[in-house]
Amino acid sequence: MAQYAVLIFEQMTPGWPNDISPEGMQARIELPERIAEQGGRIVAGIAWDEPGTATTIRGDLVTDGPFIETKEALAGAFVLEARDLDHALALAKLAANVHGTVEVRPLIGFEIVEAS
Amino acid sequence: MLAATVRVTRDLDAAEEAVQEAYIRALETWARDGVPDRPGAWLTTVARHQSLNMMRRQETLATKLPLLLEPDAPERLEPDPGMIPDDRLRLIFICCHPALAEEAQVALTLRLVCGVATPDIAQAFLVSESTMAARLTRAKKKITAARIPYAVPSVGDLPQRLDAVLTVIHLLYATGHTAPSGIDLVRDELTGRALDLARMLRQLLPVEREVAGLLALLLVHEARRATRTDTNGRLLRLEEQDRAAWDRELIAEADQLVVAALKSGPPGRFTLQAAIAALHAQAPSYAETDWPQILTLYGELLRIWPSPVVALNRAVAVSMVDGPEAALAEVEVLERDGRLAGYRYLPSTKADLLHRLGRDAEAAEAYRDALALSDNAAEQEFLAERAKLARPP
Repeated sequence: MAQYAVLIFEQMTPGWPNDISPEGMQARIELPERIAEQGGRIVAGIAWDEPGTATTIRGDLVTDGPFIETKEALAGAFVLEARDLDHALALAKLAANVHGTVEVRPLIGFEIVEAS
Repeated sequence: MLAATVRVTRDLDAAEEAVQEAYIRALETWARDGVPDRPGAWLTTVARHQSLNMMRRQETLATKLPLLLEPDAPERLEPDPGMIPDDRLRLIFICCHPALAEEAQVALTLRLVCGVATPDIAQAFLVSESTMAARLTRAKKKITAARIPYAVPSVGDLPQRLDAVLTVIHLLYATGHTAPSGIDLVRDELTGRALDLARMLRQLLPVEREVAGLLALLLVHEARRATRTDTNGRLLRLEEQDRAAWDRELIAEADQLVVAALKSGPPGRFTLQAAIAALHAQAPSYAETDWPQILTLYGELLRIWPSPVVALNRAVAVSMVDGPEAALAEVEVLERDGRLAGYRYLPSTKADLLHRLGRDAEAAEAYRDALALSDNAAEQEFLAERAKLARPP
């Protein structure tokens, strides 16, 4: 199995993320199960808070806000195990039920640091 | 053969290498023992053995050995997974994976599946050989890094890949029709293969209008093919060709396809090109061609496919409707645009227009510019002669 990052970009609204519909929320909760049914596996998942909460460091300069301000902003990501790109794309489509875009990219490294 | 070998290796690079190795072995063995009864089968068997050996060397591929336990088994032509009835057509669809940029899909498919040489592909895309080589390398790198599988797409995924597949077949024909390099103008084996592929595709996807358009386009080219050179292999221009020798049956078939495609919805770029070609094919003479209609079609083609090559072809139609002066102005705009630098038909078109305007010294110079850009012997001879004709007495 190969590992892919699935990056979920969502249309940002003033009320995001609280205005995500209950169905949308439910779909997210069920996603690992749906993916497992189709022979893949979610290894890890991350959900970001809204871009306004971000702080950016560039060189010595610390500024308010995200690095890149876009209408469709990175909202979440997960690490997926799939047989190949076609399989990964089929699985990632299950996550693409939001108003937005999903990027699938192969990983060259993924590590969870255990607490010592 | 590559198709048969890639089924063993599941790896296009490895298959390509194995096939090349098989050709080398063939040259050695056939020179010694004579050509076997079924050279194709011989080559395929050797390529499969070869890929087997290469893979045995790579322990990482050991898991795939079960696939190879019967290297001498006859070709497995059935079952037919994607309903695509032909090995090569199937490989073209496999290779045109939407995770690659369309141009990369087309270039890679021409290189790996159709065996077109990188310099010839570079010419088709109007880029340098090194640029094309770099693009091919990048595409191969992504295939490996992202693990793009060599899998037959499902029937539902075929339309998404269709445009690239049509482009592959068109460029394969074009490469055979006016060979970018070499002695002969036409390479029959490439044009024949491209035409077969277009016919098969038409059977596979009868409702796709652009498939009909492509087939019609190739049929018209094919109908005129024998008249494009004289008995000495010299290039003849459209106006010099013997129209009585054009294959009327093929032209009629193409015309039916074009009419049907035009009736069923807004035309795509292949249908428009086919419509233009069909108008040429039906005209009693060059002068009596329906140039205003051709100019309209080129305008539409340029709108949906804003390519400088289309603009250049449109300029020829402009010269027949509005005169060479107007056309020359458009060609000079294209010249300044720069995207057609290195495209031999730009200076040769310009030369024709200058010649028609009686500016023979400039025409001769433009013919020489075109000559410097052509690698095909038949074309070179033609251009050299034109340069001489245009020279003032």
